[in-house]
Amino acid sequence: MVALSNFLILAAILFGVGIAGILINRKNIIVLLMSIELMLLAVNTNFIAFSYFLGNNTGQLFVFFILTVAAAEAAIGLAIMMVLFRKSGTIEVDKLDALKG
Amino acid sequence: MWFKHIILSLLIWLPVIGAMLVLLTGGDRQARAARFIAFSVALLNLLLCIPLYLAFDPSRFVMQFQENHLWIRAYQIHYALGVDGISLAMIILTNFTGLLVILAGCQAIRVRIAQYMAAFLIMQGMMIGVFAATDAILFYVFWEGMLIPMYLSIGMWGSANRNYAAVKFFLYTFLGSILMLIALLYLYNQTGSFDIQRFYGLHLPIAIQKLIFFAFLLAFAVKVPMWPVHTWLPDAHTEAPAGGSVVLAALMLKLGIYGFLRFSMPIVPQACAHLAGLMIILSLIAIIYIGLVAIVQVDMKKLIAYSSIAHMGFATLGCFMIYGIIRHMAKYQDAYMSLEGAVIQMISHAFGSGAMFLGVGILADRLTSHSRLIKDYSGVAARMPLFAAFFMLFAMSNVGLPGTAGFVGEFMVIMSAFQSHFWVAFTAALTLILASAYTLWMYKRVFFGSIVSNEVAAMKDINWLEKTNYILLAAGVFFIGLYPAPVLNVLHVTIEHLLSISMPPLKV
Amino acid sequence: MGTHLFSIAMAVALLPLVGALIAGLFGKKMGRTATHRMTIMLVGSAFVLSCYLFAEIVLLGHPTVEGVLYNWVTSGTFQFDVSILLDRLSATMLFIVSFISFMVHIYTVGYMKEDPGYERFFSYVSLFTFAMLILVLANNFLLLFFGWEGVGLVSYLLIGFWFKRESAVEGSLKAFIANRVGDVGFVLAIAAVLTYFNSLDYPTVFSHVTLLVGKTMPLFPGLHVSVITMICVLLFIGAMAKSAQIPLHIWLPESMEGPTPISALIHAATMVTAGIYMVARMSPLFEYSPVALSLVLILGATTCLLMGFLAVMQQDIKRVIAYSTISQLGYMAVALGASAYDTAIFHLITHAFFKALLFLAAGSVIIALHHEQDMRKMGGLAPYMPITYLTFAIGALALAAIPPFSGFYSKDAIIEAVHLSKTPGAHYAYLCVLVGAFVTPLYIFRALFLTFHGQKRYPDKVNESPWVMLIPLIALAIPSMIAGGILITPMLFSTPSMLGASIFILPQHVVSTALATDFQGAKLMALHATQTLNFWLALAGIITAWLFNLGRPQWAELLKKRFSWLYQIFIVKYGFDAFNQVVLVEGSRRLGNFFYKVSDLIMIDGVFVNGSGKLIRLFARMGRRIQTGYLYHYALAMLLGLAICLGWFIGF
Repeated sequence: MVALSNFLILAAILFGVGIAGILINRKNIIVLLMSIELMLLAVNTNFIAFSYFLGNNTGQLFVFFILTVAAAEAAIGLAIMMVLFRKSGTIEVDKLDALKG
Repeated sequence: MWFKHIILSLLIWLPVIGAMLVLLTGGDRQARAARFIAFSVALLNLLLCIPLYLAFDPSRFVMQFQENHLWIRAYQIHYALGVDGISLAMIILTNFTGLLVILAGCQAIRVRIAQYMAAFLIMQGMMIGVFAATDAILFYVFWEGMLIPMYLSIGMWGSANRNYAAVKFFLYTFLGSILMLIALLYLYNQTGSFDIQRFYGLHLPIAIQKLIFFAFLLAFAVKVPMWPVHTWLPDAHTEAPAGGSVVLAALMLKLGIYGFLRFSMPIVPQACAHLAGLMIILSLIAIIYIGLVAIVQVDMKKLIAYSSIAHMGFATLGCFMIYGIIRHMAKYQDAYMSLEGAVIQMISHAFGSGAMFLGVGILADRLTSHSRLIKDYSGVAARMPLFAAFFMLFAMSNVGLPGTAGFVGEFMVIMSAFQSHFWVAFTAALTLILASAYTLWMYKRVFFGSIVSNEVAAMKDINWLEKTNYILLAAGVFFIGLYPAPVLNVLHVTIEHLLSISMPPLKV
Repeated sequence: MGTHLFSIAMAVALLPLVGALIAGLFGKKMGRTATHRMTIMLVGSAFVLSCYLFAEIVLLGHPTVEGVLYNWVTSGTFQFDVSILLDRLSATMLFIVSFISFMVHIYTVGYMKEDPGYERFFSYVSLFTFAMLILVLANNFLLLFFGWEGVGLVSYLLIGFWFKRESAVEGSLKAFIANRVGDVGFVLAIAAVLTYFNSLDYPTVFSHVTLLVGKTMPLFPGLHVSVITMICVLLFIGAMAKSAQIPLHIWLPESMEGPTPISALIHAATMVTAGIYMVARMSPLFEYSPVALSLVLILGATTCLLMGFLAVMQQDIKRVIAYSTISQLGYMAVALGASAYDTAIFHLITHAFFKALLFLAAGSVIIALHHEQDMRKMGGLAPYMPITYLTFAIGALALAAIPPFSGFYSKDAIIEAVHLSKTPGAHYAYLCVLVGAFVTPLYIFRALFLTFHGQKRYPDKVNESPWVMLIPLIALAIPSMIAGGILITPMLFSTPSMLGASIFILPQHVVSTALATDFQGAKLMALHATQTLNFWLALAGIITAWLFNLGRPQWAELLKKRFSWLYQIFIVKYGFDAFNQVVLVEGSRRLGNFFYKVSDLIMIDGVFVNGSGKLIRLFARMGRRIQTGYLYHYALAMLLGLAICLGWFIGF
């Protein structure tokens, strides 16, 4: 029997990997998007786990929403990235510092 | 009158709707249509003032033509309108000035005409709103709403240094009003309503009153403007287009005085009585210091702007002198003249200085450099005799010559000042010298003497449009100067009521 | 019965206004002839009507007429009406003003013939007449002030009439501002009247004066002054500016930049005497303030003497007459100070005739010489301009107080009144007016000799002026000769006197009864002139003038060298102009510049307004270093923030 805590640990690890991906990655913006997806999946895992153990289906319902939104987000994110690449000729995170004060 | 219950709303929103229509005409290709719509709306609004004045009952001090609708239930904010004598006079003045500005704009503005007209129409609507609002938040909304078109008009149609002036104007006035908002929220907390009339009944402890007084003071003193928060005005005036200067001088400055009369004095009477000395000193500084500063100006608009500050000093003086007068004379009645003088000063100043700002616009229009410097002109009277004659009239009103509008308020305030103290009256009366020195010295350098350049030599006298404007203004100057009774009649009862609620109880 | 006189009085005042408006608005379209015909006709009818009023009120003794035209302002307990008062004093003044104005209107047709601003000039002169008549007719201080400022305005406009001339516009500005200095006093006086009497109407104020005797007001901490003295001194400050008394006289010589007809009308006969008229009108107030009377007396005497000296030094014919006007106004002020108000008005009337005459005659010379005003370039004009010469000589004789010309009676009455007066300072004043009696003929005959006698120094041909200019000269010369003799008995020595109850004199101040004991009729007075000191002084003045200018001119040079320090003082006009220029004009400009550049621009704008902006920018510049622009920095910051918040949340 897999305990709830196992799921939560898995989700925490996934989330931590996602954050690390964002913080450490300095090269490719695609990795950044993937890291965000990873974080969302971690949240999804939590939802499902709680839903299962608490016997409430609402959590699973949310997962569908999140998946949909995540897909849309990925699509838009990629599209923005395409435009960005066309404009600046690079998708390296280190080079994208237009917000610098 | 069947539209008695919507007339104030009509007055406020008609210009705004008109502005939308004007904006629909789009670019400058439809300029003629834009001008026509703007003019008709302004004229219609002015005509609406006739039934307003006729139906106004000057024997009652309560707000008239009231409208009241719940606006935001959660905070008991109402869309509540109403006028008393003071606001009635100011609304009529606003509409009169509005028409003048539109007329002047027809000629002077050549780019983005529709947008210009729309900005001024919206400003006009907002200003009427300020004068008509009886709900504090509604008042505040109009008060701030007016800043935007003004800011735009300086920033877009202004001259070289317009950005600095526009931002300075906006920040200055905005800073002041924020504190006013805080004061209003405090008052709401105390009364549970934003109805201004409800604020009047509060009897706050003196320490709180003083805090509220200073919060209001900053908001209103910036608008008046009083020394030392006056430095935005010369910049804003100089950079604004002629129409903007007129609105600034004729109306926007008056909002500060109106605020003192509507908020400070009735809501925090004890604080006003306590701090009246400070206000009188500030007013006298405005009269003397600013008068001297005006003498040395080289820019005509700056000079008139400074003279406006000095004239507004008379209005604030008239407002805050009442406490001293009553202390000396121990009768309420003696203070009437002081307050009425202040209100008349507000109104009469609009004609003289508004006309002079228009005049500078007319002059600058005729030079390719659009210069406002005095030294670029000389001998204009020889080329533009009619204009010179009109300008002389308005200059004399600025100087305060009996028979012109400028005299009435000044006279009443000086007369009252003597009752409060001889030296107050003496200092105030020095304006007779200062005003004639700066106004006529400028007049002399601009209009008299030999013609300075070929461009001045080629100047044409005012055309029919400018003439119409000036005839209207001259009529106003003479009307107020020779027969101010109709204006005063609507004020008497209102002022009496105002005095009775803004007086701390007399110690006998 | 009174109402029709009221309407006529209003018509007298308003007819010139109508003329001014029509000439001003439509003058160019109507053309020159129509304009001058119209304005002359209107002012002429005003004159005729004022003759009728004079006859009704003064000669037939109709009681005083008061009337309210409309209510100007009502405020609280104060009511300000536009109301007029037609009594003996105002009827007399109406007559004088409209007569001189009528003459000047006619004269102008000739004088301004070639001027492009012809219609404008007529408009101004008519407007002036209106304002002056209102001033005279006013029944309260407010309307008086309206007229007072109105005449000041038109005077300003007319001095600067030739606005392309720098000196003219300078002079006009100076005149206006100097008058405004006086107006400060005047306005404060009005305010004081309103405060203490609760009304500005003459009858109310004058009937309550006694209630205020002994009442004081605080001026400085610890110093209280009598209210009536305060009011009177402030009023007199106003009168000082308008009637050109030291030290506010500086504008009158400059006013000579205006065309000569208005020098005659405004700056000799009418407006400058408004101050005298005002003090006489306020006699019920002044009588109760010995301090104010003394001030009037001493200042008047000083003005009379000092300005007389300056007149001797002038080379410009108009300036001689201008300084003479100031000096004569000094005489009138002396009479006021001696409580001889009716004598002051008497001198005002005779002076109006002969001074207007002198100015218009001088104008006739100036026109004949094509706007040459320097007497050193004139000389020997008598044979070429006989009528001008004759009329000028009549004016000069009247001014010099030679019997039986009009000036003799009025000036003699003043000198005698001062002699008898007990006002403090009367001895000093008596001395001054006696010396003045010698100086007056000296300067005016110097002008006469330099202009009309001796060598002809003007190169071109000189013609007598046209009849349109000579008729007013003759019309003024007649009263200059006879008015004094005719008027002295009714003005001073009959009961009721010509001014009747318009003038109020406390019994202890009355000097005319003492005068009357010596008086045996106008004819005898003239015959007995040889017994008085001032007659011999006047004669000595004429002889001195002849000696120095025609007989022994080298003596004048000798004196000039011998007393060069004194001469220098006269040349700089006692330094009033320099003082004003350096201390007042420059001073206020410096102060204004200091306030503007240092206080406004550097302190308020620089430190507070732009300073706060700069401070914010400084903070922002430091803050922007945090904004690296790298996504992962932001993400880290978010994370840390979250961690801290959570830690905080869990920790507590």
